[in-house]
Amino acid sequence: MLRLKNINTYYGKVHALKNISLHLGQGEIVTLIGANGAGKTTILNTISGVTPASAGEILFNKEPVSALQPDRIVKLGISQVPEGRQVFKPLSVEDNLELGAYLRYRSREWKATIHKDMKQVFELFPRLEERRKQLAGTMSGGEQQMLAIGRALMANPKLLLLDEPSMGLAPLVVQEIFRVLERLRQESGTTILLVEQNAKAALKLADRGYVLETGKVILEGAADELMENAEVKRAYLGKDKKEMWER
Amino acid sequence: MKRELIKFICFSLFVMLMPSFFKGGYLMNVLVFVGINTMLAIALNLLLGYAGQISLGHAGFFGLGAYLSGIMTVTYGWNPWQAMPVAAIAVGCLAYLIGFPILKLKGHYLAMATLGIGIIIYIVFNETYDLTGGPSGLSGIPNLELGGIVFDTDVKNYYLIWTFTLAVVLFSINLANSRVGRALRAVHDSEVAARVVGVNARLLKVQVFALSAVLSSLAGSLYAHTMTFISPASFGFNFSVELLTMVVIGGLGSVYGSFLGAALLTLLPEFLRSANDYDIIIYGGLLVIMVMFMPGGLVRGIPDLFKKVFKTKGGADHA
Repeated sequence: MLRLKNINTYYGKVHALKNISLHLGQGEIVTLIGANGAGKTTILNTISGVTPASAGEILFNKEPVSALQPDRIVKLGISQVPEGRQVFKPLSVEDNLELGAYLRYRSREWKATIHKDMKQVFELFPRLEERRKQLAGTMSGGEQQMLAIGRALMANPKLLLLDEPSMGLAPLVVQEIFRVLERLRQESGTTILLVEQNAKAALKLADRGYVLETGKVILEGAADELMENAEVKRAYLGKDKKEMWER
Repeated sequence: MKRELIKFICFSLFVMLMPSFFKGGYLMNVLVFVGINTMLAIALNLLLGYAGQISLGHAGFFGLGAYLSGIMTVTYGWNPWQAMPVAAIAVGCLAYLIGFPILKLKGHYLAMATLGIGIIIYIVFNETYDLTGGPSGLSGIPNLELGGIVFDTDVKNYYLIWTFTLAVVLFSINLANSRVGRALRAVHDSEVAARVVGVNARLLKVQVFALSAVLSSLAGSLYAHTMTFISPASFGFNFSVELLTMVVIGGLGSVYGSFLGAALLTLLPEFLRSANDYDIIIYGGLLVIMVMFMPGGLVRGIPDLFKKVFKTKGGADHA
């Protein structure tokens, strides 16, 4: 469904992504793990067109999308939940969700369909319905994360890009959010690319994973294999620390 | 939406009944300026308060509207009603072209760039002597005329200007509550997030910049046709800053706030005239106090003040 071929991205002179190649199949949940600065967020921003690649090719359903503006990419069915949630703080929950459907307004039946989609989001996150008139900035971190995901879903994406949904949240809330992601895949067949610091939770949810280091893919494979991999265990799962020190 | 409509109707009635309290006189003339400044403050507020993009050059667009209207009617003998829209379209196109490169800039850098544009326009007014009359100005600009009525007195001009101003108010409220208005506030709050929900932030910023310039140009044309005389001094950097002050004091992101800000900053110097040389100190002091104690602007500060006053007097049921 999505294929990145030899993607290179620069921030000014900084070479952030070096020949990244990866792929996602229909309905898959794939996770990118790696330390800070490994390029996980940059990969998502490159796919969504926010920081375009300077070389390489991105194919979405066999169509090249690497030269498109972000709004065109959203229209094709790729939605991003940006890092740090980035809900629109001075706007209400409802307004935030309506903005998620920004590009779908022009069609004639929008009012009914958008209302229906909003109901679906409320079904996934009942907490948002209770707070539909509240300003997004006054909600807790977990609720804001739910809103950010709900906002992305309002665009009816085929592929959802999630940037560290667990950041700064209580373990229980993280569990709730991950359960919703699982449900999304099962009920609507949404493909998910998940960037996470919380490698353990991410690998548990995902089918496959890529491990990144300083802008390169250093390891890829099925999630359960990665979970057993000694290098991954040491660097990202925090296991066997003692052995490493004793060596 | 219904509440907005009622608010607007009350505001219109207030504006239209105003002259019956004064019966002409000097204050009417000042109130005409309140109308023009309200229009300008709303134009700038769309850009600054909603989209979050600063401009220190709006006096330039105001001046361009005035001068284009003036030159077309005085030098080329056009009808003012033709000159006004042509000027507005020309200024809009210019702002659109300027907007693409400069709105990539953010914060202080955008302030500098727009400041530069304002100054360039000001210099052009001063130096293109053959066209604008240079520093001594352009005079003999015809009044507007409609169905045999010539708008040549303060009272007539009051109704003329405020009709336009009310139209701008209504338009802006509609815009602010539309899908586009939400998108503007989204760009203001987080440009990255706005882009990933599919808002073409770059284009939207340029469009609102151009719209803001068009409204400023319209205000400029009206100014020229009511004053019948214009000179570069009215369109300098000082006035750009004054407009910015109106928007901030009135309340960012509020159409009626822009009216309050424009009204206060236009009327205050008139009332302080009796303080002679101290007026500028009092004026400055009041602005500082208002920014300190009403950080949300007059439009939010005044209701808060009322609530506080009534609460301390035991009228807790008020709010």
